[in-house]
Parts: sequence; structure tokens; C-alpha cells
Amino acid sequence: MSGGTEIPVRVTKVTMVADRIKRFRFERLDGRPMPYFSGGAHVIVSMNDNGHVRRNAYSLMSPPYDCSAYEISVLHVEDSRGGSSFMHEKVREGDEMRVSHPVNLFHPDWRGRKHLLIAGGIGITPFIAMMEQFSREGAHFELHYAIRTRDRGAYCEDLVASYGPHRVKIYCDAENNRIPVARLVDGQPLGTHLYVCGPTGMIDGVLKAGLEAGWPQQNLHCERFLSTPPGKPFTVKLTRTGKTIHVGHHESMLEAIEAAGVDAPYLCRGGACGQCETRVTACEGKLLHNDIYLSDEEKAAGQKVMLCVSRFEGAALHLDL
Amino acid sequence: MAIAFKQETFRDDFSYRNSPENIRRFPFPFDRDEYMYSVNMEPHVKGQKGTVFESLIDVDEHYIAEMHDRALVLKEDPLRYQALPHMMTAQWDTLELLMEEQAAGYPEHFTLIRNGDQWRWINRPLGIDDTFTFGDRATLPYEPLEYITRQAQGDFCIVDQRDGNLWMDAGMVTTQADWSLDFDIGMNFMEWHGPVPLAHQMGVFERALKFLLNLQQGKPTRRFNWTMTINPRLDTSPENYPKWGPDRATVTPENVGDKVHLRVEVQTLWRLPRSNAILFVIRCYLMNMNELVTVPKWARRFPRVLRTLPPELIDYKGLTRYRETTMDWLSKYDDGAPTSPGTFPD
Repeated sequence: MSGGTEIPVRVTKVTMVADRIKRFRFERLDGRPMPYFSGGAHVIVSMNDNGHVRRNAYSLMSPPYDCSAYEISVLHVEDSRGGSSFMHEKVREGDEMRVSHPVNLFHPDWRGRKHLLIAGGIGITPFIAMMEQFSREGAHFELHYAIRTRDRGAYCEDLVASYGPHRVKIYCDAENNRIPVARLVDGQPLGTHLYVCGPTGMIDGVLKAGLEAGWPQQNLHCERFLSTPPGKPFTVKLTRTGKTIHVGHHESMLEAIEAAGVDAPYLCRGGACGQCETRVTACEGKLLHNDIYLSDEEKAAGQKVMLCVSRFEGAALHLDL
Repeated sequence: MAIAFKQETFRDDFSYRNSPENIRRFPFPFDRDEYMYSVNMEPHVKGQKGTVFESLIDVDEHYIAEMHDRALVLKEDPLRYQALPHMMTAQWDTLELLMEEQAAGYPEHFTLIRNGDQWRWINRPLGIDDTFTFGDRATLPYEPLEYITRQAQGDFCIVDQRDGNLWMDAGMVTTQADWSLDFDIGMNFMEWHGPVPLAHQMGVFERALKFLLNLQQGKPTRRFNWTMTINPRLDTSPENYPKWGPDRATVTPENVGDKVHLRVEVQTLWRLPRSNAILFVIRCYLMNMNELVTVPKWARRFPRVLRTLPPELIDYKGLTRYRETTMDWLSKYDDGAPTSPGTFPD
């Protein structure tokens, strides 16, 4: 398995926590403890959809020091490629699934004198585990959490109850409450680290506000939920294995390659970690990179591609796989 | 089976020796007759009995003597142990890993009893039986990293991951091949590898860094490194150069067998769970040439490797003054016969 060791688990609880959001609890089949993890980590959940394997990344939201189970929350996205629909419509308590070991691409900077957390919608999940860890270790933190409507905002009341209204502030779009980002980034003590997770527009806005207020880049952290955007079907030739792979409209290149029985490398499946970087041996057409790992120069050079989120339009694409 | 721990020294009279059983489990690093520069990373998984990979954290007959030598080094120079303040979670992660692995590999020597946060640690070879609260620094006589690395063979560095790089932010370093934690602390991966020749041009460090940034929990990795040391001295630090540097001029054809040692580092890298930092273990093994030639395959192969070493590496590893003498001495044991693949004795 190129993506890491998988842990067989049973779904022991499914809870509807808000409109379109369900929480899933996974316990190990072998009864052993789950590995500890660090706040901000995610796992890859493997779903067997009638023989078709889907693998999606979800942030862990259970307490990092609680190894009795892992918990994730899944938003049923409107234009689901199948993963969130499967989780919402097919997964039942008692089902067996597989999760990867935790991977953290959104780790706290432990040097931070203060941690300023900014969440939008389902982007709250990594922060729930992070706050557990900050709180246990006595770190100074503050959460600003934007929701669209009260019934779509998960965990608002729990979080305020756990950490108090001075540390958890909720902003409801429907009530015309917005996070005062410019004011927030302007008034922080030296040594503060900012973390943002939510929709792309929100992440871009917060990072821009931080930079404009003079924050060092290293103190601004974000996690983007990238997935392969749908696109025109295309064909890719793998030069080492000699296979020709057809990538469908809603499918990622990585998924199509895996479905053909080729063990390709991966970790985050979201264009961030660089693990699935693959050499392009021939390209007659246009690579649609979509990842945030390669630099603009590397993307322009067209010699490498990230299998998990990138697509292709043109006559022929050959990969060194 | 209980290990028969030896009483021996790594200084003054240098009484350190390997038993015949320990020679056969020595991690000889060369799998072919020519020298090859490579990153040579492989998964750190358990190996066969009678090898140093029998347990993931290896304890051998030199354990008590090495821990005694570490205590002597720290007494003279407490800065061999350092940890920056933000590394406390990673220190506890390391304490857990070393206790768990030593207890799992050597239940007759080490026992860990966990009851929630109340832990009891029994280290029979060193006569330690301590109860403490996991996560509470005040319940241990030292910081957690210093406490446990005074009880584990090898040097230990904890590197923090941030800004797409790795940072040397904590460590216990007393058995090092001429590098200094006090000098490197706070440096990033590219900075602390600055002095290494050839590899930079080959892009080795970019590849290695990328690999390590994605190192996964539950999948430790390892590589070998090697050099040579005159006399079985563990502490060949820059701080103590005046003590060991001159030794390199003392090698003669008569004393090669006793004095010249192959020094092998088994380096293991582990993603730590709570901190997301990486533990870098550098475990040093020493074997003198008299011991090495008791394994015919190694006796043939080692002089052949030394002969094909690039000049930059001869210089960087500090072998210039005694490599020729050592090759001449070893050549008596090389009958020119072919050697079998792999590193293990035939």
C-alpha cells in the first residue's frame, strides 16, 4: 500500500450533528488502541462502494490523547464526487471500513505565544482536536468560527460551553455577523500564529489580510480542502507498466490508476503533500495542475504532475509509472 | 534471553571489546565491494534474530557501559543535552517511544506499567524503578528527554517540522562522529548538513528532506552511515577534539588491528504522534579490525571499499592519515575471492 498502513475499523456511532453534517466514530476491529495524533491531523478513509474504492481525507476531531476511537465529521457536499454522498447515504453503524494512520499537514507551531484559529463551516473540524490539545497543554488560543445559518453550524454550543465565550466567538452569516478579520489581525500580541480552514475565498481573504497587516508568512497557516475538480474525460499512458488508463468526468487520475491495479504513491489526496508527484514523460496538450505543492515555475515546465488533483486536456499524456 | 552486560570503558584504557556473538550481529553497512554514495533509506522493520534489527530500539551487551560513559560526558559538559522550550510535547513522545520499545524488546530487563497518566518504569540493568505522571515534568528527576536518553543507547535528536523544513530543536548527543548539538541547535535540515561534501551537488538533501517531511506515523525508516575512529571512543565531539584528534597520528602497521575501528551508525527516523515532530536516533556501533577480520566476507570486502572511496570523503571522514596503513594491514585477509551479495556474514 503506497499510501501507508491502514487500520481496519468498525463504525460504532453515526450522529447527525447539524443540517447536512454527520459525525462518524471509528473503533479498531482488533480492539487495540488507536495511535495518538496531533491536533490538525487527518486520516484517509477508504470506502468500498460496490467494489469501487474511494479514498477521502477527513480531519480528526476527537481528542488527540483519546485512543479509544477516532471521530470525523462529514459535510454532505452539494456537488459530491461520491465520497460524502457515500458516507451520508451508505455508511451505517456496525459497518467495517479502513482508515489510514494520521497525517498532519496543518500542525500547530508549538513556538506560538498565542494561537488564533479562524474557521468557516466544516473547516471547524481540525480546530476541535487542536483546541483539545492546546487546552490540555495550557497554550493560549482563541477561535473565531463563521457559520452560514444556526442549523448548519456544527458544535457551536458545545465549543462555547467547553472553552467559554471569551475564547470561542461564533459569527452567523444569516444574522449578518462576519468575522472582523482586519481588526483581528491588527491587534494580536507578538509571536501569535494564525490558522485558517474553510472555503477557499475565506482562506485567501484571511491570508491576504494577515500579510497586509505585516504578519510574517511563517506565522500564517491554512488547510485547504482540495479535491479533483470534475472535467473532461481523458486518457493517460503509464510507460513503466504499459497500461492505458481512462480517467472519467468525476474521477481523479489517482483513482483511475488505482482502479486499474497500479499501486501509485499518495498521502493527502488533496494536492498539498507532494507524495504523488509523478514524472511526465510526454505531454501533447495541457496539464491542469490544480495542486498547491508545485511552484508556478514547475507547473509551467510541465515535467511533474500531482496525480491526486490534476487533470489533462489534449492528445497524449505519458507518465513514468 | 538475558543479555550479559559488560563492564568496559570508552576512554583512558579503552577496554571496550565485542564478544564473538556481538561481532556477528554488527551492522556491517557495505552490500558490495565498491563504495556507493546513496541515501539508502529503507523501512525500519524488525529483522531476524541475531541482528541489530531484532528489536526496533536495539539494546546490546554494551548498554550499561555506554550509559556510564554518557553520564561522564554530561558531567563534564551539560550542554550535550539541550531542548528548546516548545519541544516539551515531543520530549514526552520520545520518552513513551523508548520505554515502549525497550520494554517490548527486552521484557526481562525493562518493564513499563501504564495506568492512565500514572506510569511506572523499571530498568533492571541500571537499577531504576520510578513512578511518575506522564505529562508532568515535575515528577521526573530530569526533563523527559534527558531522563530517558540517559537510559537508551545512541544519540537522539528531535527535529521540529514547520515552514516546509525540519529544525534541530532538542537532543542528547554524546556519541557523535565529530558534530556538535550545541553548534547545530536551532538549525534547519539544509543548514546542519552544510558541511557534507558531494551530496549537495547530487540533490541528495532535497530528496531526503522531501521524503522526511512526509514521514508517516507507524512507518519508521532507517539508513546507515559510517566512518572510522581510532580507539573505541564514543565521544568524538568537536568540543573534545584535542583529546581524540591526535590519536589519528598513532596508527602503525603493528597496532591497526586493535586501534582502528569501523564506526557504523544505524540512523532511524520516527514520526512522533502528539507533537508531529521527528525523532532521529543515531545509534553508534564500534568494531576494531581484529574483530572485523574474524568474518571472512567482511575482511575481503572492507579493504575493497576503502580503496574505492572518493578523495572528498576520505578527507571529510578524517581517514587521510591512516587509510593506507589500514588497507595494507587488511589486504593480508583479502584473498581476492568473490564476496556474496548483502551485508550479513556467510
